[in-house]
Amino acid sequence: MAVVSLSGQLQSLTGGEREHEVSGSTVRDALIDLEERHPAIRGWILDERRAIRRHINVFVNTVLGGADTPLEPGDRVHVLPSITGG
Amino acid sequence: MSEILVGTKKGLFVLAGDGRDGFGISSRSFAGEPVEYAMRDRRTGRTFAAAASPFYGPKLWWTDDPGGGWTQARGVELPEGDTALARIWVIVEGEEDGLLYAGGDPAVLFESRDGGETWALSEGLWNDPTRATWHPGGGGLCLHTIVPWPGDPNRLSIGISAVGVMHTDDGGRTWRHSNTGIVLRYLPEDQRDVEHQHCVHCIARSPSRPERLFLQFHGGVYRSDDAGESWIDIAAGLPSDFGFPIAIDPADPDCAYVIPLAADSDRVTPDGAVRVYETRDAGATWTPRGDGLPPSDSYLTVLREAFTSGGESDALELYFGATSGDVFGSADAGRTWFSAATRLPPVYSVRLAG
Repeated sequence: MAVVSLSGQLQSLTGGEREHEVSGSTVRDALIDLEERHPAIRGWILDERRAIRRHINVFVNTVLGGADTPLEPGDRVHVLPSITGG
Repeated sequence: MSEILVGTKKGLFVLAGDGRDGFGISSRSFAGEPVEYAMRDRRTGRTFAAAASPFYGPKLWWTDDPGGGWTQARGVELPEGDTALARIWVIVEGEEDGLLYAGGDPAVLFESRDGGETWALSEGLWNDPTRATWHPGGGGLCLHTIVPWPGDPNRLSIGISAVGVMHTDDGGRTWRHSNTGIVLRYLPEDQRDVEHQHCVHCIARSPSRPERLFLQFHGGVYRSDDAGESWIDIAAGLPSDFGFPIAIDPADPDCAYVIPLAADSDRVTPDGAVRVYETRDAGATWTPRGDGLPPSDSYLTVLREAFTSGGESDALELYFGATSGDVFGSADAGRTWFSAATRLPPVYSVRLAG
């Protein structure tokens, strides 16, 4: 199992919890598992292409990753909005 | 007391007031997020907002109290595949209890039959056999206009940029293109004979004579007298035939209002003067309406969903907003105007809520 850590607004879609144990061999699989456990978050991180939305960054432990980044048991996946705006 | 829903780059503002006696901001929602469209269902009082978080994507929300909490509508998504929903452009009441439509990018139509809590993709348009030939305009492949036929839920017209006008007569199961008469002046003359690369900007149907429609095109203003089967150029007399929104007086099928912008390449009010143009003879002549609007040094951009009307005849109310953050209104069918708001974030949509 890996742990997905959510920031800010996303926590309100998962019962107010910041951290979630999920299964999956890649970041995409882990996020799909998170959606199955918490359907309200469907569409917020992954879009219909199962791609991570453009202005969301995912760090696996301390390294910037992507949807295809492999996961090992115990890895921590941090989901953070990008620093962007205007 | 009128309420105006103003979607902006930084949230939804509800303005409340009594015409020229002034408006104030009664609530703000979705702080910091672009709200690209908001409307209130006149049948139920329920308010809808299309908010496109730069982080989390486009979402459709509803509430029965705009100053309170909002609920995310379910089902506003595409099938899993190689395309993602980019934006929700418009939300429109249908012609049955509980029926609503939402249009979005990439040229998608959603339908709700429970008052807007759950939605489903309109499969007929999604699987239209000509879809592979559709191309987006600069703003995307946007289904931005939905015009029902009064009293008949099976008849519906839509506008898609840059595809054109489409009609259904069977509740959305099948669609047909209908751009006859529209001239693609943005293409070289020898390349204009294309079937559906038409950058329609906005369409309005007269409820009192449903076969009468008005259309603002990407270079052209048109009228149809045959339910949108063909289009007649009515731009003569306007300072420019470029613009985005169009509004009507529901009591007068010969009436339409447009807000010309200087040109495709210069999308601001011409000569620095803010003017709404009115026709009361189906486009034979146009009258500038600017009493109370900035007469000079004002280079505003009014987007396609940022112009609305309510009421009718001499008491017709008109409101429009600009990317400058100004909102202007008229309570006398455009004869005189007043400022309803200033210094808002850039305005994306304006709709009368009641």
